[in-house]
Parts: sequence; structure tokens; C-alpha cells
Amino acid sequence: MNNHAHIDEHRDDEGAKTGMWIFIFTELLLFGGLFIVYSVYRYLNPMAFHLAAEELDVVVGTVNTVILLVSSMTIAMAITSIQLKNKKLTLILMGVTILLAIIFMVNKYFEWTGKISHGIFPGSEILHQSSQGEILFFGLYYAMTGLHALHIVIGVGFIAYVMWLVKTDDVKHDDYVILENSALYWHLVDLIWIFLFPLFYLIT
Amino acid sequence: MEKEAHTHIVKYSTYIYVLIALLFMTFLSVAVTGIELGPYTVSAALLLASIKSILVLLIFMHLKFDKKFYGIMVASVFILLACVIIVTFLDYLYR
Repeated sequence: MNNHAHIDEHRDDEGAKTGMWIFIFTELLLFGGLFIVYSVYRYLNPMAFHLAAEELDVVVGTVNTVILLVSSMTIAMAITSIQLKNKKLTLILMGVTILLAIIFMVNKYFEWTGKISHGIFPGSEILHQSSQGEILFFGLYYAMTGLHALHIVIGVGFIAYVMWLVKTDDVKHDDYVILENSALYWHLVDLIWIFLFPLFYLIT
Repeated sequence: MEKEAHTHIVKYSTYIYVLIALLFMTFLSVAVTGIELGPYTVSAALLLASIKSILVLLIFMHLKFDKKFYGIMVASVFILLACVIIVTFLDYLYR
């Protein structure tokens, strides 16, 4: 009777992961809707979108793409290292991911403040004198990269929380589904950027 | 026992190869849009983005190693999205 500590942990890794994927689907459809809005307005205002897109800095966009791709790799590697029971490496890889995310946000900050100092922001005097198409382009630019940046911030919080769980051994080599889910979330952020980058920075 | 069945450990090197491929395609898409190909620029950039996203989904997001039904669900969502895009553009092209 005593010492019969049967801890019945209700654990369903498959279910947890499926839930994360379903959440990711809602996110894909949310951004998918925005991509449709973008492509329709682009189809209706090809010249304005062409001119407006030339304002964006391809170098900054490329650097941020590289940063996100590398961070996606490090968080993916964190799963391998937790499976191999290497707690220290897992924490390092997750820390690098967060660090890269912060560098991404710093780049984004300078990019946005650069645009704003040139008078390009929703409701600005310069945009009011521009064509309807250019107003639409920059509206979508701020809305879509802004929503993406919000996802980065949430991702940093999520990964930092899981880092804490790894540190306190709540995430272990045989129980790491929340780490997998945070990685899935981070890859989603990467996935969205893979399409934002060519649409806003490259196609001019 | 049921744990062993679906625990697949991906090698670090696999991730490094995928990253190299992704970076290569990123620089390729920058280079391709640098030279003017007219309407093909859009197609080329989007094609490269699609290949990149498939790589991310398969390897980084483990769809290649997970149970098949995850992959089927993801494919369904993308097909749904593609249908919505096609219908929207049919509307705009023929109105």
C-alpha cells in the first residue's frame, strides 16, 4: 500500500504534435490569405508594385533570410542533441537560435526605422502623394513583415520557455515533444519568410 | 516499446547539408532576379521558394521521418490554398 507511487502522467506525444500541426495550418491559412491579397493587388497595380519594391534593400532581406535559415537548422539540431542525451549542446543550440532571432529583429528595426525616416510609413505625407498601388504595397509590407516579426517575438518566448524546461530536466531524451513543437513553430516562421523574401525584396 | 517505434534520430550532418542547399537556393534566387528575365523572374523566384519550403517541411520539420498522415495533412492544406488562389485569379482574369 505504501510506496505505491504510481504516477499516471497523461502523455500523448502524437496528440501534442498533431495539435501543433493543426495550429500551424491555421497560421499557414492566415498568411496564405495575406499572400492572396498581395498577389491580387500586385496583379492590379504591376507598375506601382515594381517601383515600390525597388525601395527595399535586397541585402538586408538576404541577410535576414540567411539568419533565419541558420536558426532553423540550430533548433532542428537541438532535437537531435536531446535525443542523444546531450543537454549542454541542446541548450547551446537553442541559445544560438534565440540569439539569431534577436539579430533578425535588430536588422528589422533598422530597416523599418530607415523607411520611416525616409517618410515611408502608413499615413505619411510622402505616401499620400504616391499612387494607390504604392500605398497598398507599403501597407502590405508593414502588415505582413510586422505580423511575421510578431511571430519571431513569440517564437523567442516559446523557445526560451522550453530552454528553461530543458535546464530543469522537464524535457529529457525520452520526453521532448514540447521541444519538437517549439521547433515546428520556429520552422513555420522560417517557412513564411521563405515566401515573404522573394515577394517583397526580389521581384521588382 | 511504442516509443522506440517512431524515434528517428536525424544526423547533424543531414541538417548541415540541407542548410547548404537552402543557402545555395537563396543566393541563386537573388542572382536570378538580378538578371532580367521578365515574367520568368517571378516564376523562378517562387519555384525556388517552393523547393526551399519543401526541404524545410521534409527534413527540418521531420515530415519525411514522421507518420505519413502528417504529410498528407500538410499536402491537403497546401492544395486547399492553391485552389483558393486559382479560384481568386480566375475571378479576376474573367470578370
